[in-house]
Amino acid sequence: MDTHEILSYPLDTALILRKRKKLRRVLMEQGEAKRELKIAVLGGSTTSELVCLIELFLLGHGVQSEIYESDYGLFFEEAVFTNEALTQFSPDVVYVHTSVKNLAGGVDAAKEKWVAVWDGLKALGCTIIQNNFESPWERPLGNLDGSVEEGKTHQVRELNAFFAASSRDRPELVVHDIHYLAAQIGLNKWVDRSLWYSSKYAMSYDALVHMAFSLSNLMLGVLGQSKKALILDLDNTLWGGVIGDDGVEGILLGPDSPQAEAHLDLQAYVKALGIRGVALAVASKNDQVNAEEGFTHPDAVLQLRDFAAFQANWNPKHQNLAEICAQINLSPEALVFLDDNEMERDLVATQLPGVAVPEVGSDIAHYIEHLDRGGYFETAGLSVDDLRRADAYRENRERADLQQQFTDFGVYLDSLEMEAEIDRFQAVYLDRITQLTNKTNQFNLTTRRFQHAEMEGFAQRPEKYLTLYGRLKDRFGDNGLISVVVGEWAEDQSLRLFLWLMSCRVLKRGMETAMFEVVLERARAAGVQKIVGEYRISPKNQMVSELYGSLGFVLQEENEEGSTWIFDVGSDKPKSTHYIKVSPYDA
Amino acid sequence: MTREEIFDTVREIFRDVFDDEELDVVDSTNADDIEDWDSLNHINLVSAIEKACDIRFALGELQALKDVGEMITLIEQKSNG
Repeated sequence: MDTHEILSYPLDTALILRKRKKLRRVLMEQGEAKRELKIAVLGGSTTSELVCLIELFLLGHGVQSEIYESDYGLFFEEAVFTNEALTQFSPDVVYVHTSVKNLAGGVDAAKEKWVAVWDGLKALGCTIIQNNFESPWERPLGNLDGSVEEGKTHQVRELNAFFAASSRDRPELVVHDIHYLAAQIGLNKWVDRSLWYSSKYAMSYDALVHMAFSLSNLMLGVLGQSKKALILDLDNTLWGGVIGDDGVEGILLGPDSPQAEAHLDLQAYVKALGIRGVALAVASKNDQVNAEEGFTHPDAVLQLRDFAAFQANWNPKHQNLAEICAQINLSPEALVFLDDNEMERDLVATQLPGVAVPEVGSDIAHYIEHLDRGGYFETAGLSVDDLRRADAYRENRERADLQQQFTDFGVYLDSLEMEAEIDRFQAVYLDRITQLTNKTNQFNLTTRRFQHAEMEGFAQRPEKYLTLYGRLKDRFGDNGLISVVVGEWAEDQSLRLFLWLMSCRVLKRGMETAMFEVVLERARAAGVQKIVGEYRISPKNQMVSELYGSLGFVLQEENEEGSTWIFDVGSDKPKSTHYIKVSPYDA
Repeated sequence: MTREEIFDTVREIFRDVFDDEELDVVDSTNADDIEDWDSLNHINLVSAIEKACDIRFALGELQALKDVGEMITLIEQKSNG
């Protein structure tokens, strides 16, 4: 049984519902989960089947969930009033499963009610996923229902706009757009009156499967575990025909024929993914020259500069994907692979497990649908860094070109004219700090995850915590905020670093040394005697196992979980050199 | 569908929902015989039967049934009626 395929788009809801128990068993047998997630589900209707399905989909992504379910229908009471059980559970995510069936009393009353829910849940210090409202099941006013104040259809629209605006004001609040979801599967399939009357489910069983799929993708986004890159085939994918045979004038791309237009639309969709921060790369069986020529087509929306990596050769595709992973510092689990050729898809899926390979078939008319409905690139919010990531990848390629001109690495680093901004956490950066913390796996000494509110908590208690972020720019561009350090001023005159991470996009630039210099500076100013560094082994952070050693720390203790290192602040150890000009926050 | 065909379909659904390939389902089987047959799994059974047999049970129709045999009879009436 191919659990992976069954739990991917397009969903066979009947099969999933019927075999839910077996799917769960098979996934449990397949191996241990890579991550755990505590989810509190506060329901406005029955949630029993939904939580089973959420658990199943997350398990399919290697996430083992522990779920707290509110008493039936008591989402408001459990959120607003003191709730010892929920606080004790200490969730990573709270999901408020409400629907149009919970809507009564008009827009103002509803606004007041949900604001109270979000205010109540804020104290948990975790992400709140909140359903908006699907269209009402019936419209006593007919078409007018959407136009006048007493119409519920109208109220739903107004409240959905309010929820969206609230999510922009409240960093912890993420809207789960069930209004779109219900429209996508169709209100007729969404509504199941028998199920409502008999068991108080606010939507059909089929809809619950789609809900759970959508929610689990969103939760992966909150965890920073969604996909980060799209790897594209060229011939018969980004354009119709074979560039090597047909030439740039012969490929199908543009408004002139049905297929050509579908390829054009796919390019536009992919371009939009690139703009919002998904890394784009090419893996094509072609000569490099021919492959590049396709992007000189007058109707091409995608340009060569849009790609973070470009592999056009005759090697097997899975090798090219592995090469792309190395070039852009991502693991296979972060990739989605789009190819019209079934054999290539199969090769990649079997040789590089972890890569998502949508079964797009061979009809270009449906490719966008697969990418869009697959939910691969869900994210809880867009940071400034997401929006300029495409530029960042291009700048990296330019830096790599420059590096080839230098034989001395120090001279190269110096030529980059790097400037860092390193200071304690600033409110404007908390979103990015949290996002970076929750998705960085490789250069991450402890791989501890923290929610926005927890980070805010560290920032607000400088007497107890040292917080530092680092931004780095150079002559090619601004890398944005790429490093985070948090330590605790312990009572024994030591500074204990329990979080230290850095984005892989600035590896080998000396940024870690620059960060440590500031840590040391602060430690000296605070008069502490020693700095304690902690390294916790994860499947992905081997690259930093010796970081403390390289900075002059002395190994104190080592076991299978990791190691502890001590830096004597008083010692006059030679500092590692770096080539970065450091300055503090400048509002 | 003949009664036998319906029985085969329903038996397969029971085995899927309870994830038990050996599960024997006969006319007299009822909720007391299968440990996992709770309200949650009950909806799954009904929903899967409705899909597989292309029927819908009316509200309240199932409450009066005392075992699988009676359920099969109801499905038989609905699918052939």
